[in-house]
Amino acid sequence: MSRPRLVGAEKSAPSLAPDLLVRMHDLMVKARVLEERLIQMYKQGDGYFWIGGPGEEAFNVPLGLLIKKGQGPAFDYLHFHYRQSATFLAMGEEPIGALRQMKNTATDPYSGGRNFAGHFSKRAWNLAPVTSPIEVQYAMAPGTAMAQKRHGGDGISIVTGGDAGTAEGDFASCLVWSSRPGNELPVLMIVTHNKWGISTASDTQQGPKNIADRATAFGIRNKTIEGNDPVVAYQELQEAMDYVRKERKPFLLEARVSRLFGHSSASGANMVEGELDCISAFEEKLEASGILTRSQMDEVRERYTAEMSAMAKQVREEPQPKPEDIWNHIFFEGK
Amino acid sequence: MANMAQAIRMALHYGEKHLGVTDIFGEDVGMPLGGVFTQTQGLEKSWNTPLDERGIIGMAMGLAMAGERPVAEIQFADYVYNTIDLLKLAGNTCWATNGDWNLPMVVMTPVGAGIRGSIYHSHSFDAMMTHIPGWKIVLPSNPLDAYGLLVSAMQEQNPVMYLPPKALMRIRGEELIPGEPEDQRELSKMIDAPLGDRSKWKAKWPALEGYSVPIGKGKIVREGKQVTVVSYGRTLLLCADAAKELAAEGIDAEVIDLRSLWPYDWEMIQASVKKTGRVLFVNEDTEVTNFGEHLIRRTVDELFYELLAPPRLIAGKFVPGIGLSDALERASVPQPEDVKSAIRSLALEQP
Repeated sequence: MSRPRLVGAEKSAPSLAPDLLVRMHDLMVKARVLEERLIQMYKQGDGYFWIGGPGEEAFNVPLGLLIKKGQGPAFDYLHFHYRQSATFLAMGEEPIGALRQMKNTATDPYSGGRNFAGHFSKRAWNLAPVTSPIEVQYAMAPGTAMAQKRHGGDGISIVTGGDAGTAEGDFASCLVWSSRPGNELPVLMIVTHNKWGISTASDTQQGPKNIADRATAFGIRNKTIEGNDPVVAYQELQEAMDYVRKERKPFLLEARVSRLFGHSSASGANMVEGELDCISAFEEKLEASGILTRSQMDEVRERYTAEMSAMAKQVREEPQPKPEDIWNHIFFEGK
Repeated sequence: MANMAQAIRMALHYGEKHLGVTDIFGEDVGMPLGGVFTQTQGLEKSWNTPLDERGIIGMAMGLAMAGERPVAEIQFADYVYNTIDLLKLAGNTCWATNGDWNLPMVVMTPVGAGIRGSIYHSHSFDAMMTHIPGWKIVLPSNPLDAYGLLVSAMQEQNPVMYLPPKALMRIRGEELIPGEPEDQRELSKMIDAPLGDRSKWKAKWPALEGYSVPIGKGKIVREGKQVTVVSYGRTLLLCADAAKELAAEGIDAEVIDLRSLWPYDWEMIQASVKKTGRVLFVNEDTEVTNFGEHLIRRTVDELFYELLAPPRLIAGKFVPGIGLSDALERASVPQPEDVKSAIRSLALEQP
């Protein structure tokens, strides 16, 4: 049986160190197991709604590894969407937070039981609150980027969204505001293109062959890449980020990815046939090149499955928010 | 005495000099125009944006997120409607993140009728805005309050919606802004941009003081015992004039300028209604689902047994716009005679 071939991977694989490949694999599996656990929690009644990014790990893990993590304009500002648990884990976040948010416990570190799964937020890492309305994050990214340009250094604003949301005006706003002549801003715009907007096929709604092409009219550098290959994703992200960091100008990167469990629990959250699974494809490559054995990779998955099962049990026992908590934090209580 | 546009300009100057305001921006906010009402002329931190209201609000949110202190302007409140979901987002950011993030930003947008602005330059925004939790909302009715409320807004850790009435941009108050010269011609020479080439012009700012009006505090502009009239913005002036005229008829009305719509000075309204037993709320927003309706509901809930007459609301007619013709505009929003007759009939109503 022939193995699936990864676009662009043949020439790029050797240039990434084996320990980085192993680390990326570990994080990809960790993120997948987390999403599977979240789906299971939802199906067992331990949450009301699931949305996440299984299928995007090959792109989201390299992104997380390349982020300049910290608080304030010297570091990267992150305007994510709700399919990026893999990015967050790759940055070093503990998975139990996502479980707590799914179970909407008082201990949920991102919203205190107020928001959906995958709606992360962490000021200490410049991670802006993830929102349910798609694309509003594209309107905000030029703001943090302007502060960063003013501050100096190499911090950039990274904004991510899906292909369907690029139909919204905020995507156009980001193109306009980040490329004003003389006021170009360090924004890395990312579109993870999975070919769907809930149940609507993108090729019935989007005229351009590549979404990235839209940036050309603004003089913004852009590229469409194979986002299901972590090696390609790592290298292309590194190149795009280097450009934005050094030139202090925007870049639009479109990554073609899979959507393995549909849009969200609203569409069933069941495995979808016919989509390329980036982890299986990567594992075949790792095995073929002798970097990891099948049993080593199985061990990674089993370990994370056991860990997250234990976490889910723990989270189930944690307190729910109190009704009176609705009155907290309407206005900022700090200085 | 400064007019309201000058007062706003001076407050913004005070903000950029002393309160850490980093950006004052919007459509035509920078030079050469310096704001369609001249309210941003000569400021150091002002700049022009693309004609993109969603981009303006998004930019303000991003700047605030990154530790800057922005003041964004939407040229007319009529155009802030297409940013409603971003305003909702700015309002819920602190709550949604359980207190982790806050957005210290000011959005100012001129509201209301009275400039013959037709369908797209006459809207009010008070009902819409008071429906979005997480914001503080202020609405000045004179230049000194315009200055003081904006100074407070620029010191806030939360988003503040600042709603100057368009029709009052040229009115002058009776009190000096602390630091402004007494002679208004002198002030004009210092801070009003000249006609023609403005490329080399620089404002000469007076030594202003950090006078502030606390957000949430109303003001009794006229004391009275017979009926309470609560208003804000442009219609406050109609109420004050009506009360003055009705005094000659022996009607003693107390007039409250609410100044802040959220939080608002319920204590002041409550004390006044307990004294008079009668209350009229006046504003120019459309009357259905009007902020005054909320005030009436609360009055009935909490003060029912204090009342000698049903609380009333005078507001704009529930029609899709304000027509350009003088007759149409006047028929759409409260006029002096409407306010006067409402106060008169309420004051004389017996249980």
